[in-house]
Amino acid sequence: MNFSEVFKQSNQLCRVSPDGKYLATCVQYRLVVRDVNTLQILHLYTCLDQIVHMEWSSDSLFILCAMYKRGLVQVWSLEQPDWYCKIDEGSIGLVSSRWSPDGRHILNTTEFHLRVTVWSLCTKAVSYIKYPKACQKGIDFSRDGCYMALAERRDCRDYVSVFVCDDWHLLRHFETETQDLAGVEWSPNGCVLAVWDSCLEYKVLLYSLDGRLLSTFSAYEWSLGIKSLAWSPSSQFLAIGSYDEKVRILNHITWKKVTEFDHPATINNTKAVVYKEVERKPVVGSPDLSIQQHITMGSTLFNTQSKYEICPLPVQVPVVKPDLDRANPKVGVSSMAFSSDNRYLATKNDSMACVVWVWDMQRLGLLAVLEQTSAVRCFQWDPRRPRLALCTGNAKLYLWSPAGCVSVQVPAEGGFQVQSVTWHCSGDSLILLGKEQLCLCYMEVGEEEDDIK
Amino acid sequence: MPESSLEIKDTSCSSSRYRMSSLRQYSQSSVLALPMTRNPYNMPTISAFCTEDNVSECIAYINREVSSLGFPLLCTESNNGPELNLVTVLNNVYNLLQLHRRCLQTVEDIEVEQVKSNSNMDYLQLSNTRLKDQLELSKRENTGLLERERQLQLKVKSLHNCLKNEKEEVQKLQSVIASRATQYNHDMKRKEREFGKLKERLNQLLIDKKDKKQTLEVLNYVGRSDGKRSLWKTGKTEARHEGEMYTTLLNDYDSRHKHLLMENAELKKVLQQMKMDMVTILSPRKPSQSGKKHDDSLEQASSEEDEVCDSSRESLELSCEHAREQLTNSIRQQWRRLKSHVERLDSQASLVGERANMSAIPKEVHEEEMDRLKLEIQQYKDFIHTQQQLLQQQLNFPCDDETASLLNDCYMQKEKERLKEDWKSFEEKRKNFEAERRNFTEAAIRLSHERKAFEEDRATWLKHQFLNLTPFGDQMKPQMSKSQSALSVWAESEVRPVSTPAKLNKSLSHTAFSTSRASPAKTPPTADLYRTHRLIPEKSPSTIHPKQDSSILRNGDVPAQLRHANGGANRRAYTFTGDRNGSI
Repeated sequence: MNFSEVFKQSNQLCRVSPDGKYLATCVQYRLVVRDVNTLQILHLYTCLDQIVHMEWSSDSLFILCAMYKRGLVQVWSLEQPDWYCKIDEGSIGLVSSRWSPDGRHILNTTEFHLRVTVWSLCTKAVSYIKYPKACQKGIDFSRDGCYMALAERRDCRDYVSVFVCDDWHLLRHFETETQDLAGVEWSPNGCVLAVWDSCLEYKVLLYSLDGRLLSTFSAYEWSLGIKSLAWSPSSQFLAIGSYDEKVRILNHITWKKVTEFDHPATINNTKAVVYKEVERKPVVGSPDLSIQQHITMGSTLFNTQSKYEICPLPVQVPVVKPDLDRANPKVGVSSMAFSSDNRYLATKNDSMACVVWVWDMQRLGLLAVLEQTSAVRCFQWDPRRPRLALCTGNAKLYLWSPAGCVSVQVPAEGGFQVQSVTWHCSGDSLILLGKEQLCLCYMEVGEEEDDIK
Repeated sequence: MPESSLEIKDTSCSSSRYRMSSLRQYSQSSVLALPMTRNPYNMPTISAFCTEDNVSECIAYINREVSSLGFPLLCTESNNGPELNLVTVLNNVYNLLQLHRRCLQTVEDIEVEQVKSNSNMDYLQLSNTRLKDQLELSKRENTGLLERERQLQLKVKSLHNCLKNEKEEVQKLQSVIASRATQYNHDMKRKEREFGKLKERLNQLLIDKKDKKQTLEVLNYVGRSDGKRSLWKTGKTEARHEGEMYTTLLNDYDSRHKHLLMENAELKKVLQQMKMDMVTILSPRKPSQSGKKHDDSLEQASSEEDEVCDSSRESLELSCEHAREQLTNSIRQQWRRLKSHVERLDSQASLVGERANMSAIPKEVHEEEMDRLKLEIQQYKDFIHTQQQLLQQQLNFPCDDETASLLNDCYMQKEKERLKEDWKSFEEKRKNFEAERRNFTEAAIRLSHERKAFEEDRATWLKHQFLNLTPFGDQMKPQMSKSQSALSVWAESEVRPVSTPAKLNKSLSHTAFSTSRASPAKTPPTADLYRTHRLIPEKSPSTIHPKQDSSILRNGDVPAQLRHANGGANRRAYTFTGDRNGSI
């Protein structure tokens, strides 16, 4: 595993282009575009203010930079560095800006969610969509980029509008049976829309593309409900994480519950492997370290080393009792991710912030538990292989694969603390984001390529 | 004299027990002393009663007294006055003495009786007082309990009241909650409406406001990502969108349908295979393996199965409602049969397991064997030791020889040169070997890589093969290969049972007869192993090793039973492999 040198970034704004060729980073009000392989700066753009949000267009030709405070969006072109586009939302304000899947339209959500403005870069056309709902996930585009589902609220009732992204034609508009809709998400095949209610009520509604209600699922009542939702890449499973610290898996044929994954504090599932991160401080000035080693270890000398140990069952997982009287208690399954091959599901329960659970979707059972020394910040699956990368806000990167678990020290100078990780779309490298820095981590490709062949 | 004795009795009545006993002694002594009539104590009274002077009066008096008491007269009226008849006197005296003694006896008895009754009385009084106390106590307790009950009842009443109050409270609170909820909802809606209105207003204001409008500054407009020009919105576009939507939906349903069909076909195939396995397992049963009573029924069943199997094969191709029902029904039937059969086998196996425990090699034999082996080991150790010693000696001698040869230099010189040459050649050889070894390791690494790749290829090919299989005749070839592979698994299972049934037997004996574990049966696995060894290759016990034979022939009827078990285990192994096939 190799690491690149460290670059500056701000606001955690660092994105790899969808085609995997470029790396765009924001440093204050500057946008820097580099070649992913050589890391040489290709373009440098200067925006009008500090950039808050940055996004690549789907064809990797344009970059959108949003400055919400000023209500400004600036778009830059890779092909024509002189080309510019500036959208000023004026006094109506701006809270969110995003590309449409075709990369030629920009959707701006105004303050107070008054409306969504659709700006076209092809024509002068500006369209407005009224009554967007301010919620967890109010807009979702289907994976193929054909359709957009938008949650709406009018007359105290929730509606969903399905637009054709091609010409913003309203395809379907229907009312949903929700108290307070919290989000919409398309299945990866773009045929089913999952709609879920706010945490006050456990309710998932599944709509077909043509607006028919396919099924409704509710696991329980009178308690805090859904916290997160994830589709498997094959659209075969819908995982629902809830405040009762369980993940329920629905199947795509009957939309009934296939299984339920519990997150117990004591793990005694004999089929699961529990990896526990153990920290050990290097002994400074120990006699067996030669001077050369000292020099090479220079940067890591003052950092703690860590490794994984396999714990014999049963294992007691550290649980932080949440304060249930406060809003949004730190309990329940907040993040879930399916591996690209649909084989594994990684979950995190907020009351056990140091633990990541990996479930085997073939066996529908617990496969591995990763107990870290500090709270897990973020985890992401390799887009190509069943490999999970996670970080805990320290100078280490952790990787899990079915073969085992490793912890890697990031050999960067001066307290590089990994706040989040992002895979390159090829799965060959990882982008590690620190507080103000970033660093690329290259996986050793050769051997694995051989293995795959 | 009787008077005195009476006196004494009177005193004794009121006297204590101690005095009584002393009195008794005294009376006895008096009784004993009486015949002598020389008792110094009695003398004065007698003397006072009768003197020389009043003998005749005395006699008369005594006579009268005696006659009044019913005794024969002491004196007979003779001619010369009353004459004392000595014999009657003596008789009377004797009678009186007897009477006196009897009286004393009865007195004594009565005294004892009285003492007894006295003590009895005491005891009764005591117990009476105790009972009285108890009664008192229980009465008190009773009152206490009554009091408590009353209190508890009061408490219950109060609690009931409390509960009622609480219920009312809850109801009130619930209604409050409900009203609050409705109010909240109402408020929310109102607020939301207001919010909506405000939004609307704001929107209007922003639209009306002229100074800072939304603007889009673009250097030049860019082309669409697909290179086409945008189309006018017409009724046609709507229709087109609808069409596209429905086609995507249809495609999805199509693909899903296909998947389901494939899955269905696979499941059907598995079902078919399972059925076939069941049929093959159930049909070739020999009458010797399981008692004759099941046999005819089972054979009948198997023939039925064959029919059903054929019909179901046809039905599979038809795959209509009716046929499916038939297939599932037949499967269900066979499954039931198989289950009952397995259960029977289980019971048999457990029986056999018991026997096995009984027939396990006794401890003494074991210990003997152990001793013998230990002895042998000791012998071998000694042997090795002597050999080592001999070697040492041999080594020591040549060493001396060498020192002798060291003396003659010429030899030495030559030897040295020869050795050097040898060394060089060895060095070269070593280098060659090193190089070769490197080559080999490289080759080995390459080979392992290749093998891994091949394994993967094979796995994917197998998977492909398996996925491509359908139970119908349109792909006869893969089916054949599949059946072959299934056969190969079978063959394996037939080779393997030497180990598996032993395990199974072991588990059976342990699970079914955990109580018999206490008997000297830590060895059943080996016994089982022997048994399986002996019984698997052939049914006849002629090939049994003599040693094992001896261990088993101890109880006469074991071999037949064992064969049962073995058959059972065998079949068990089949069923397992069958299952595995099914699940794959």
